[in-house]
Amino acid sequence: MSGVRARVALGVALAVLVGSGCGRRNHASVVIQNKGSDTMVNLAQAWAEAYREVTTDVAIEVSGGGSGVGIAALMRGTIDLANSSRDIKPREIEEVRRHTGREPAEVIAGYDALAIFVHRDNPIEMITFEQLSAIFREDGPVTRWSQLGVQVPGCQRDRIIRVSRQSSSGTYEFFRERVMQQRDFKLGSLDMNGSKEVVELVGNTPCAIGYSGMGYANGRVKMLKVAARSDGPAVAPTLESTLNHRYPIARSLHLYTVGEPTGALRDYLDWILSDAGQRVVQDCGYVPVKPGGGSH
Amino acid sequence: MTGREGQSEPPSRRTPVGEGVEPGAGRRGWGAGGGRAGWKPAPQDLQQRRGEGKRPRRTGWARAGERVIEGIIRTSGVSAVLFVLAIFFFVFREAAPVLFGGEHFKLLPFLFSVEWYPTSASNVRYGTLALTVGTFSVTALAMVLAVPFGLGAAVFVSEFCGPRLKEALKVVIELLAAIPSVVWGFIGLTVMSRLIVHFTGAPVGVNLLNGGIILALMSVPIIVSIGEDALKAVPDSYREAGLALGATRWQLVYRVLLPAARNGLLAAVLLGVGRAVGETMAVLMATGHAVNLPLGVFDSVRTLTANVAAELGEAPAGSDHYRVLFLTGVLLFSLTFVVNLVADLVIRGWRRK
Amino acid sequence: MTDVPFQEPTSEVSGLEAGRPGSSPGGAAGGGRRFVRTAFVRRKERFEAWARGVFLAMAAAMIVPLVAIVGHLTYEAWPSLELEFILDVPRRGMTEGGIWPAFVGTLYLVGLSLAVAAPIGVLAAVYLNEYARDNWFNRVIQLAVINLAGVPSIVHALFGLGAFVYAARFGYSILSASLTLAIMTLPVIIASTREALAAVPRAFREACWNVGATRWQTIRSIVLPNSISGILTGVILQVSRAAGETAPIMFTGAVFYKAIARGDLFAYRLDEQCMALSMHLYTVTTQVPNVRESVPYATAVVLLASVLLVNATAIGLRLWLRNRKRW
Repeated sequence: MSGVRARVALGVALAVLVGSGCGRRNHASVVIQNKGSDTMVNLAQAWAEAYREVTTDVAIEVSGGGSGVGIAALMRGTIDLANSSRDIKPREIEEVRRHTGREPAEVIAGYDALAIFVHRDNPIEMITFEQLSAIFREDGPVTRWSQLGVQVPGCQRDRIIRVSRQSSSGTYEFFRERVMQQRDFKLGSLDMNGSKEVVELVGNTPCAIGYSGMGYANGRVKMLKVAARSDGPAVAPTLESTLNHRYPIARSLHLYTVGEPTGALRDYLDWILSDAGQRVVQDCGYVPVKPGGGSH
Repeated sequence: MTGREGQSEPPSRRTPVGEGVEPGAGRRGWGAGGGRAGWKPAPQDLQQRRGEGKRPRRTGWARAGERVIEGIIRTSGVSAVLFVLAIFFFVFREAAPVLFGGEHFKLLPFLFSVEWYPTSASNVRYGTLALTVGTFSVTALAMVLAVPFGLGAAVFVSEFCGPRLKEALKVVIELLAAIPSVVWGFIGLTVMSRLIVHFTGAPVGVNLLNGGIILALMSVPIIVSIGEDALKAVPDSYREAGLALGATRWQLVYRVLLPAARNGLLAAVLLGVGRAVGETMAVLMATGHAVNLPLGVFDSVRTLTANVAAELGEAPAGSDHYRVLFLTGVLLFSLTFVVNLVADLVIRGWRRK
Repeated sequence: MTDVPFQEPTSEVSGLEAGRPGSSPGGAAGGGRRFVRTAFVRRKERFEAWARGVFLAMAAAMIVPLVAIVGHLTYEAWPSLELEFILDVPRRGMTEGGIWPAFVGTLYLVGLSLAVAAPIGVLAAVYLNEYARDNWFNRVIQLAVINLAGVPSIVHALFGLGAFVYAARFGYSILSASLTLAIMTLPVIIASTREALAAVPRAFREACWNVGATRWQTIRSIVLPNSISGILTGVILQVSRAAGETAPIMFTGAVFYKAIARGDLFAYRLDEQCMALSMHLYTVTTQVPNVRESVPYATAVVLLASVLLVNATAIGLRLWLRNRKRW
């Protein structure tokens, strides 16, 4: 039985090795912790992945969580770079000042158009803010497609299935603010956890309508033209209509740091605003900022 | 407990210890008592186990070492209690401020209102009734599906099949139990939702039925294995008596075994319920995540667990929303605690008998 | 599984064994060929056949989902399933490439949680099985173990966030996540170690005590060596459980993405966050757009296969052990 103890020892040794092996090598000299908006998490990931080709000295950790979470983490100093798909609130600027003694610095890295998705087979082509609000807001009267004057093939019960985002995401807040004038959502919508999940679900569900970033579109969904006013023009979400602000539900994508960025962080932000970084923005389905229109 | 008959007990730590004697070391007593001749030569296999011919003398260091080790063992033994208390403490600590003075928080609406608007710009409301109903409806549906199948399979494994098939089935059940919940959720989201839409014509595939089926599949293994234990615990003399009276196996199961194993089977169901109530990732992905009082199995629902998983990441630490989510955790903890406690009492009753 | 309703009992022994599954009830059920079947007996037999069929179907209902799930996932994942998928890093916005950072992250999380949970779990089981008497205090401990196993994983996540990330100031890190996992999986180790310890006959201990060994000496030299395989089984099961969990690590130390080199085994430090397989499956499914169809399936297959393989190892070990057992 002496082999038994040797085996135990081996097992324990292995476990310890695996456990402690982590601490051994200090590979990339700098780690940039990047957290925030779920809308931007894919973009941030793509940047991090592409930046790896530029330098391997900097490792970038990307996590989601939401714009508010990113900014809150920035205040506490647990991260270096916060992604936010909304403007920082005055109260948050105050908090950053109070906690760190420095001003938050902002970079606008691109724009995102929030598209309204329906199933590919849905005959509807355009929608107004008023209609959207009547569908989504609390006590909004529209619950059936026929109320919008369309007959959706494959949707026998005619009931509109609302696909939304979970209540603390920046996308949800932005939609509420821009389209519904801060009124609350009707309960009973399917609140998806990810931007992609919204589009996937709408693509599989003929009765559904949902909102998500333009970059998430796939072949089974259709993006509606949107009109801010009932008598105004309906605009399709495209690069141009986003850049010239004709598309009504577009927002800028911000990166926040505490104080003016320095060192590796500065390099990273500069790279993001360079042509290479902006190409990544476009590849992800977002709208790059105009050349020279980046900082502040 | 260990079911120890208690005829003989090992010597206490203080008792002089019989270790082997080194050749030529002579007779020697150990310990403060000195006068007690406690040692005997160690049996042969003990010496071999040591792997060497000469054995260390038992010094004060050795005894101290043993005390230390026993101390560590006792501490580890108590650790489970500490962890459970720590879980309650830390979760409650984060939740407490909102309970005693949250701005928009009131306990009654928290429990009995369906309005869940944690981030509203105008009127923040924390009502979890729809989530609680969601949890219970999914669990109930899962149990409606899982209990007959689980108990049926337990009866089959225990009473109707041969030893080889039994082994094979138990392996299958164990593997089924090992599938991670995120994989179940993935299956619900991709495969099951398509199947549901295809076969029932439901407008959305992610709904109560989807979550119920997935949860049923997840809780069946635990029902089978605990149920089988319960049936195994029925003395064979019951079976023999039944068979001697000319009963078929079905009659035996129905008239004798099920009544006799009632408590154990109830415990199996309760543990299945506990598993279903606490499941997170699978229901997050499969139920559609809608704050909704379900009227039918094709309605989407949201459960307490899924709600926490979806919103915790986005609730800034220290905010009321964050604390309310922790309070939901306290609620869940209490809920599963009660279910497990009852299951344990039931099992204990059954073991006593 | 032979169905022989009218076989006579061959001996006293088989008669005694009639209560066991698979053996014939026929001997008692009406006396074999010597008697004519009455209508009553026929009805009884029909019921029996029905019941058997129904129960068989219910048991088969366990096998079908397992086979269907594994089969379907593997089929869908096939285009991506190659070694390179595990070794490569995610590419093109995680829509292509492999899962190495997630795979190695899971290794770290599991390894560290194992290193924490295994000693505590085994020692706790030793306490419960060898030291504890049947009194109220130890009943409380047992109840605690049962409840620890029953606490929902999301509550463990809340605990990990409150205790390790904030209170202990470990931040979002591998350390926080593994500690959360360790506590979560502790009951698995305790339960199976106890089972293994309880399987060592009491006579072994008594023999040892009677030659004057203390409790600890008995445990070290008799109990543990005789139950080591069973303990290993428990440890293996812990690994499988820890590898599959998502909720507890989602809020304590798993990230959406981290750039590391392909095949780099020492990619993470303990105070950093890491990717994890289970979390990766979740994010690829819900968050990453236009991902290659087979990638989420392949991720699911790798996760499922690792967990099932680890479990199968445990089962195999247990069977081998049972066959080898000499008492």
